[in-house]
Amino acid sequence: MLLKDLFAVTMLLSIYGLLSATFFVAMDAVDVAFTEASVGAGISTLLLLVVISVTGRRERRVRHKPYAALFVVILTSMLLVFGTSDMPYFGSADAPIHNHVAPRYLNDSMQEINVPNIVTAVLASYRAFDTFGEVVVIFTAGIGVLALMSVSSKALSKSQPLNRPRGLYEQHLVIRIVAKTLFPFIFLFALYVQFHGDFGPGGGFQAGVIFAAAFILYAMLFGLDAATKVIKPAVIELLAALGVLLYGSVGIVTLLNGGNFFDYDYLLADPIAGQHLGILIIELGVGITVTCVMIMICFGFSLRRRAYEQKVAIRPKEGAV
Amino acid sequence: MIIAATLAIFCAMILAISRAFMGPTLYDRILAVNSLGTKTVLLIALLGFVMGRPEFLDIAIVYALINFISVIAVLRYSDSNQFKENSSENEPIGKER
Amino acid sequence: MDLVISISSGICLLLGSFICVSGSIGLLRFPDFYTRMHATSVTETSGVALILIGLMILSPDLLVFAKLVMILLLGLLIGPTTGHVLAKAAYHNGLKPKLTKSGNEQSSVPSSERGGDISKS
Repeated sequence: MLLKDLFAVTMLLSIYGLLSATFFVAMDAVDVAFTEASVGAGISTLLLLVVISVTGRRERRVRHKPYAALFVVILTSMLLVFGTSDMPYFGSADAPIHNHVAPRYLNDSMQEINVPNIVTAVLASYRAFDTFGEVVVIFTAGIGVLALMSVSSKALSKSQPLNRPRGLYEQHLVIRIVAKTLFPFIFLFALYVQFHGDFGPGGGFQAGVIFAAAFILYAMLFGLDAATKVIKPAVIELLAALGVLLYGSVGIVTLLNGGNFFDYDYLLADPIAGQHLGILIIELGVGITVTCVMIMICFGFSLRRRAYEQKVAIRPKEGAV
Repeated sequence: MIIAATLAIFCAMILAISRAFMGPTLYDRILAVNSLGTKTVLLIALLGFVMGRPEFLDIAIVYALINFISVIAVLRYSDSNQFKENSSENEPIGKER
Repeated sequence: MDLVISISSGICLLLGSFICVSGSIGLLRFPDFYTRMHATSVTETSGVALILIGLMILSPDLLVFAKLVMILLLGLLIGPTTGHVLAKAAYHNGLKPKLTKSGNEQSSVPSSERGGDISKS
């Protein structure tokens, strides 16, 4: 039973995200579950839907039978399953991961950083350089999408705006009103996630994704024009770069104050207060970058689709999706 | 009693997943995903009480919001013209199986 | 007092989970999309409300209670809305309800996959 309908595949992928987040909750990994909930089930479904709306719903028929690829996949997965037999048992105390750096994080992070959520302490302070790498990767992905998918705004504004059927918007009256009442709560909750990351599950990545999901919802319900009036694409591109810059400048400041790169002890006179300030600033940078890159990807694909629709509307004979 | 409710929700989730796999139409799958999402919210809230960690409720709130947003997105795109064009041009999906 | 709390929350939880399971059985067993949607959207709203009320009775402090209230409000707002929009989208895209045996061509091929295509011919 092979599904060729990409839409249905996206739905099943969303179910996979839901299930794996439930799995992480059951394993007591709250922060990972939070990330999986917002990224795996939320924003990736949204982005895949945007992509499908550009590429079309059907998978192209393949002529050849990909048996060799299937063989490689089965072989690799069998090797991986064989490799798990060498792993320590789940929860065994003498597993290598429990003896390397984890005891230091668990024992000393309260004295050194004084953040109740140790995951945030590890992510934003001990491993700040790794997180910086992740942010740069996200930023690079945004730049790549922008370079590949962007259409010049002049080409769009010159031609006539496409006459969309008004009925499409009239149909959605109920949902627009419900969504309008929900937007303040979504933004408030995203801010809570952003700044509550020191104490509970949450942080910049999750908050950025929730922000971006709210903006994408707005763009879908009220049209791309209204959304670009709220945030101009140029502003988004600027902000995405600004988030990375904010993150990196914290490291530069610690260097100038005589410490190591991302050693927040040197930010302020009091090391604990310096750690708190550093974590707050870099989480803010992460949040801004993630939000802007996600919105940028969505806008890029939507603008590309609109340009295509205009091309089809001018020369309707060529339109074969 | 909470554990009994958790097991019941778990069974309900399995039923919803089987409907999502069976299809047959696209809307059945969307419906199954939506109902699975609501049940996941319930399951996470119940698990938080079972394991004595009420901060799980944050994840449940995220789930409720994300579920709403993704269902709206799915419907918004399934409503757009491109899908109607596509599905009327192509043959019915059932012929491929 | 403890007995009252545990009994009332237990009743709410049991009733809510029964409703949820029955809704899911309806989702699995009913013959076409609209009946399945009827089964789930009605039961889900009430089931979510009952289970969350049952948890609210058990909640240890005010913050947990407030979060549960927020989830309940979200559920009450979101569930009916998605049901409404889903039914509307399906109907507008030409998915026909399955009528009596002689009424509709879809009833002759009950399990065929017609992915929301327009069969208005």
